[in-house]
Amino acid sequence: MGIKWDEFFITGDPLILGSQIAILLTMIGAVAGITYLKKWKYLWTEWLTTVDHKKIGIMYIISAVLMFFRGGMDGLLMKAQTSRPEMEFLNSQHYNEIFTTHGVIMILFMAMPFLIGLMNVVIPLQIGARDVAFPQLNALSFWLFFSGAMLFNISFVIGGSPDAGWTSYFPLAGKEFSPGIGNNYYAVALQIAGIGTLMTGINFIVTILKMRTKGMTLMKMPMFTWTTFVTSILIVAAFPIFTVALALMTFDRLYGTHFFTVSGGGMDMLWANLFWLWGHPEVYIVALPAFGIFSEVIATFSRKSLFGYKSMVFSILGIALLSMVVWVHHFYTMGSGPAVNSFFSITTMAIAIPTGVKMFNWLFTMRKGRIKITSAMLWALAFVPCFVIGGVTGVMLAMGAADYQYHNTLFLVAHFHYVLIPGVVFAVFAGLYYWWPKMFGFMLNEKLGKWHFWLFVIGFNVTFMPMFFLGLNGAVRRAYTYSAESGFAPLFMLSAIGSIVLAAGFAVFCYNIYWSIRYADRNISSDPWDARTLEWSTASPVQFYNFAKLPEVKSLDPFWHMKKKNEGLTLHDSEIEEIHMPSNSWLPIYMGVIFGIAGFLLVFEWHIAAAVAGIGIFAGLIIRSFDYNEGFHVSKEEIHRIENAWRKTEGEVHDHVS
Amino acid sequence: MKKMLLSLTAILPMLILSGCNMVVFEPQGPVARSITELINWSLIWMLLVVVVVFGLFGYIVWKYREKPENKDYEPPEEHGSTLLEIIWTGIPILIVIALTIPTVKTLYALEEAPKGYEEKEPITIHVTSADWKWIFSYPEEGIETVNYVNIPEDRPVLFKMTSASTMQSFWVPALGGQKYTMPKMETELYLVADNPGSYEGQNTNFNGRGYADMKFEVLAQTQEDFDQWVEDVKDTAPKLTEKEYVGLLKPTHLGRLTYSNTHLEWVNHADPDSKAYTNPELYRGHGYQGKTFEEDDNYKNEKPNVIEGHGEDKGHDDSEENHGGDHHGH
Repeated sequence: MGIKWDEFFITGDPLILGSQIAILLTMIGAVAGITYLKKWKYLWTEWLTTVDHKKIGIMYIISAVLMFFRGGMDGLLMKAQTSRPEMEFLNSQHYNEIFTTHGVIMILFMAMPFLIGLMNVVIPLQIGARDVAFPQLNALSFWLFFSGAMLFNISFVIGGSPDAGWTSYFPLAGKEFSPGIGNNYYAVALQIAGIGTLMTGINFIVTILKMRTKGMTLMKMPMFTWTTFVTSILIVAAFPIFTVALALMTFDRLYGTHFFTVSGGGMDMLWANLFWLWGHPEVYIVALPAFGIFSEVIATFSRKSLFGYKSMVFSILGIALLSMVVWVHHFYTMGSGPAVNSFFSITTMAIAIPTGVKMFNWLFTMRKGRIKITSAMLWALAFVPCFVIGGVTGVMLAMGAADYQYHNTLFLVAHFHYVLIPGVVFAVFAGLYYWWPKMFGFMLNEKLGKWHFWLFVIGFNVTFMPMFFLGLNGAVRRAYTYSAESGFAPLFMLSAIGSIVLAAGFAVFCYNIYWSIRYADRNISSDPWDARTLEWSTASPVQFYNFAKLPEVKSLDPFWHMKKKNEGLTLHDSEIEEIHMPSNSWLPIYMGVIFGIAGFLLVFEWHIAAAVAGIGIFAGLIIRSFDYNEGFHVSKEEIHRIENAWRKTEGEVHDHVS
Repeated sequence: MKKMLLSLTAILPMLILSGCNMVVFEPQGPVARSITELINWSLIWMLLVVVVVFGLFGYIVWKYREKPENKDYEPPEEHGSTLLEIIWTGIPILIVIALTIPTVKTLYALEEAPKGYEEKEPITIHVTSADWKWIFSYPEEGIETVNYVNIPEDRPVLFKMTSASTMQSFWVPALGGQKYTMPKMETELYLVADNPGSYEGQNTNFNGRGYADMKFEVLAQTQEDFDQWVEDVKDTAPKLTEKEYVGLLKPTHLGRLTYSNTHLEWVNHADPDSKAYTNPELYRGHGYQGKTFEEDDNYKNEKPNVIEGHGEDKGHDDSEENHGGDHHGH
């Protein structure tokens, strides 16, 4: 096959060599550790082959935190490089690879899996279901995401990272101008992960439509469920576009077609259109669930139901609809004429209207409440002012004519970080602090949580606020260096200092997880926040079948009203029935591995080997179609035993810890 | 919370004050000025939104926070208020309308020569962007420059823009907004400079390793100086040959170059059927740095009036340029 080993392993860069050694040592350490502790069987049966939505959710979250670390390191390297003018820490090529992987990883392998992880853990519980509609498909979704993420990540040590920006505009991303294999990784790894995401979307639409417990009408669904539902619809609407675009990109790069390259009669702007036709809804695919999380957290810690529930639902639907008709605002400057630009300016600005409605509804949810400032609530509170800054600068960018001055500058970069970090990262932190006891049966440390919060939020503002001014002063995005005469130096330095504070916040977060696993109090109630939705009506951590008896819903915030009226909280022995649950399966992880291998071979354009590996994919599909395993039943005795362990003797839910 | 609010209120005035020395807020021509006016208009409204939301937010969080005294307070059941919700749907709609009208007007205005300059005959300059340089052709004057463009003041300049390679974006923030340059396509941009002066222009659309240094100088001169310059160029600058031009298009950085003819004689990259002159082999491989990155002559904003010429200029030695750097994997 003519392997060029000097191209295969990236050599000659001390940073990358260090990473290679670190990766190798980590892998050896992990394998040795698991072997020493004799945990292989546990790992295989409890995690790798699981179809339990909660465990899949936790695996998503762990992967997302790891990817956050990787993407964050990329961010720090970029900040170090631009901290001073004419800095020679990274060269241009290395910088290009780093901002490309930073963007892809943060959006697709951090934000999305983090949110999908929380959805996985929470949604079936919130709607009173025992699992998602297709548990094995759910596991497959995870393993495909994981496979794509790993494939994308090895690019920086094997073969070279993609370097054409996370948007990978053609013709730059084409074979002609990026002849290395880096952008093959982009095309193939994102395709594999994208298929997983698409299946998640389908799975959650069906789950939410078909598996709601008795009495939970659409307009009684918790807000996080609503946002997940609408997000899933957006995924199903938008991801096929990306699938097609990436497939065309793969053909262009691997087989010499010219869909996007002008030299052969293709259109480079076709890529930009397809990319943003997916890419803009993608922004809302990550933002909407985050809005749902804030709604839950703000309502719970204000001890009030969500203000203007109906208008919240309609505003989500409005945002989702509008998000599909604004994509051209990413290239107002392509010269498409004032009529087109005016249309997209108006649709884009219109998104501010439903978003504003949500903002005021959140504020009025807190009004007359009793606001308990926990770590989770702090994130939700900080979201409001930070996101408003992101939102108003978004409106400024939406104005086509004004955008001629902002386009591709750091003003834009500052804007989308001000939207995505408060809108997504703050949300996943809020969600994690909030649902952590539900997942693991203990809380994260509140004091460390507050350190995490303040460092992160201050660091975030110090990092990204200067970039607005840099952009207005003419600093463009993606430039690896700038001259001393430009006058950018002080603000770039300030921004770099901010990023260190930000990183310190993340470090405290990691330490908090470690500390809490080791020392946190395990003796907490199943409902430690005095919360409002159904997930808190069952044990913490949740038993594998979720609910011994499926709850009945009569109103919004059902668990809150169950507690107020003191009904529906007791489980009588006579009500216990056998529960049918799906069996574990090795197929999803097998598919993940085989997709990863086939993808890897395709990246290196070893077509015959890739085709052989592709047979493995079809083998998996065929095996699955002959899989007649119907799952298993949980006996009454076992349910009785498990429920007794956390309920009071009369079968009531614990309300306080003795 | 309070701490954060305080720090934010400290930042806001800084924001407004520091606005005074940012290039976008110091327009040097009518095109840039119309955009700046639009930006200022939007800033007023956005500041209003920020003040209202921050104020309301601070007030509510402070007033209704949990204190030892209100531990027993049980908040009322409250589901919404149609009136309030109509108010905060209606006001954003009004704000969006207030922003939409000038936006659309400006969008249309930017497509033409700016008001007050219609009767002045525009000068047409063709812009061809390549990796990683800017080529300016003056078809009427029959001259061509690389990495700098001289224009007469107070006269509309119509830039007809295209790219010889990747997609790029032409931006002179002091004079006006930007537009993409794309191969086999043509975009148009009007700019006017009010006063003589030197302004920085650059590519804003990422296009590979040499992107950060893809800058050029716009020198606005009085009409007499400009005419004089054109005459000088015609007298002294060498002719560009097609062979030399193909060398120019390779992915390199060049200093300033000047020619007494234009490449439009044999190729206009905006033409959909034009020949492509790309050099894929020069993009290949990781770690390829190209010696042009060390060149110090590619951009000189400080000495605006110096016209550097000719073939023997530094940084124009093709044979050395294009083989500079170490190609991995050959």
